Amino acid sequence: METFIQVVVNGLGKGAVYALLALGFVIIFKASGVLNFAHGSFVLLGGYVAFRTQEDLGFVLSAILGVATAGLGALFIERVLVARRPLADPIALALLTIGVDVILTEEIIRRIGLDIPFLGSPYDGKPVHVGEVTFFRTHLIALAVGAVLVTLFFLAFRYTGWGVAMRAQAENREAAALMGIRRGRVTGTAWVIAGVLAGVAVLFLATQDFSGSGLSRSTHAIALVAFPAAIIGGLDSTGGAILGGAIVGLTEALSAQYISFEFSKVAVYIVMLAVLIVAPSGIFGTRERTRV
Amino acid sequence: MSDETLTADPPAESASHRGSGGGGLDRATMFRWGVRLVIAILVLTPPFYFEPSWLRVGQYVMIGAVGAIGLTLLTGQAGQLSLAHPFFMFVGGTTYCVLGSEDAPGRVGFGLPSLLALFGAIAVTAALGLAFAPVSSRVRGVYLGVATLALVYVALYLGQQWSSLSGGTARGRPSPDLNLFGLHTLKAEPEITIFGTEFQREHRVYLVFALILLIAYLLAQGAVRGRPGRAWRAIRDSESAASALGVNVKRVRAEVFAISSAYAGLAGVMTVMWYRLLKPDESEFAGTYSIVVAIAFLAMILIGGLGSVGGAIAGAALVFGLPGMLTLTIGGSEMFGTSGAHAITPTIFTAFVYGAAIILVVLFEPGGLAALGRRLKMTFARTQLGSTLLSPKGS
Repeated sequence: METFIQVVVNGLGKGAVYALLALGFVIIFKASGVLNFAHGSFVLLGGYVAFRTQEDLGFVLSAILGVATAGLGALFIERVLVARRPLADPIALALLTIGVDVILTEEIIRRIGLDIPFLGSPYDGKPVHVGEVTFFRTHLIALAVGAVLVTLFFLAFRYTGWGVAMRAQAENREAAALMGIRRGRVTGTAWVIAGVLAGVAVLFLATQDFSGSGLSRSTHAIALVAFPAAIIGGLDSTGGAILGGAIVGLTEALSAQYISFEFSKVAVYIVMLAVLIVAPSGIFGTRERTRV
Repeated sequence: MSDETLTADPPAESASHRGSGGGGLDRATMFRWGVRLVIAILVLTPPFYFEPSWLRVGQYVMIGAVGAIGLTLLTGQAGQLSLAHPFFMFVGGTTYCVLGSEDAPGRVGFGLPSLLALFGAIAVTAALGLAFAPVSSRVRGVYLGVATLALVYVALYLGQQWSSLSGGTARGRPSPDLNLFGLHTLKAEPEITIFGTEFQREHRVYLVFALILLIAYLLAQGAVRGRPGRAWRAIRDSESAASALGVNVKRVRAEVFAISSAYAGLAGVMTVMWYRLLKPDESEFAGTYSIVVAIAFLAMILIGGLGSVGGAIAGAALVFGLPGMLTLTIGGSEMFGTSGAHAITPTIFTAFVYGAAIILVVLFEPGGLAALGRRLKMTFARTQLGSTLLSPKGS
């Protein structure tokens, strides 16, 4: 029972990080109709800046700088590349982000070189004991940070002008534009938020407790696990991203504990395939309807 | 309604009709044959002039080309995004090894003739592509792209766990020798000498790959120009319209997925022959059957021009050919004066080039290299040089 509780909490901690990433996919998808394959490289970008400045600035400032850089990097990609082709085929735009991802990832990995840094210095590797159960501090903090950020996001989405504009635009782009909603501003903000969430996520991804490996190509690969999270919930559902993150985190933790570590990577994708066979657009995703 | 009236590939042909009146079609045809002749010379002469290391680069490009043709049919013609190519390559390579090699301790083998093993690998991958139909025929667009990513993880897992088939991540298992009617390809037997060039292992593999690529190209081109291609483009453009015209959308979606898988399986057999070894990957983000390879294939078909069979080959030449060529001309790990851990290796440089090429293609030339080629053909057909060279009748 103790092990089970421990595994569930750790799974939810991982899930919170996946939810942050999945939310990033969803926001970008809602705002500009693009599946952003470059998300993994935003993760690396934020992590790289945080790592480079950590010695001079200390953890908190370097973390903020890393998060900000990831946000601005995402904005830059949107303004310079994606916004130029608002009418392009969604698959072409997804491929465009693959191009961005290949370049950014290769360059950052090359710069990091062979010494692979860990990023979660203040909380990494210090377990917390509650009675018989031992938790990773990384997972607990990730869960708390994830909950706060997600709540903030939903409040903003519900009550601010940006949130209203964003929802209107996701509903119908032409109509929103005719009603005077500035598409560029809404989309730009969406990319910044997604980038910021990726920048926060990397502070947990590149830790001993989360992945056992530091900031490296494998961080980029773990970021890809957030793809199934976004898909399971439905690519255009913000609430779905949170549910998807939790499902993926729990699937991974439970299958690693009770089946095998190797199987846990596949398990996530098998769950996703099962969901897709039943609901081809995810659990909360909008069904495509054809009118004849 | 006759087939001819509906034949696709309209931009090139109709344009040249309009461009230069009566002699236009001849010139375009002549141009096409000219290009074919140049390609034939480029492909067939290297074994007589180039070092085996260069031939290996050429072989690798041909592996990429076969896989990319399969993907461009699926993604470019039928509009289904797929990242599953590495999975089918892995299955194809494994099937070839299992069917074609003898039983050994800890390894399953059927010891069939290698040509039979080759066709077995194609059949198995096509069948698996069909087995994916519940997903591939229901799930659409980017959802399908991520769904197919699942198969890359399945390949990784099976490769690690099922070592009696895959040989395991540590050692792998050797590739069977492809024996074409008594002519070995991985051994230099029987000895052959043509025009004073002794045909060693690399020469043989090179020519076998060229033959495979030619067949793969012709079959794909035939399908694109014929009925299947029209059905693919119809469901790509609008599934409801296609269905109203009598296309069985579900079946066609499953079929094109199976065909594309078979091409990937064939590319997998070639990969095993190229390395002379089947070796499953140890991680999902680096290796022969990894996500990186899935993305490299997408890069090839996008750079080549989505849906264009010839373009897919050109894209493969860039993405799979450049690292090898740079390594041979500039040398291993050092480029541009950097060395050590932060060196710009040929692989990294190639990633920069094809990453940039993807971005430029999407932004400025959505037709890719194929569209550039078409434009070149039209320009050539219009110029004075073109008309004197290509139109013996005069116009």
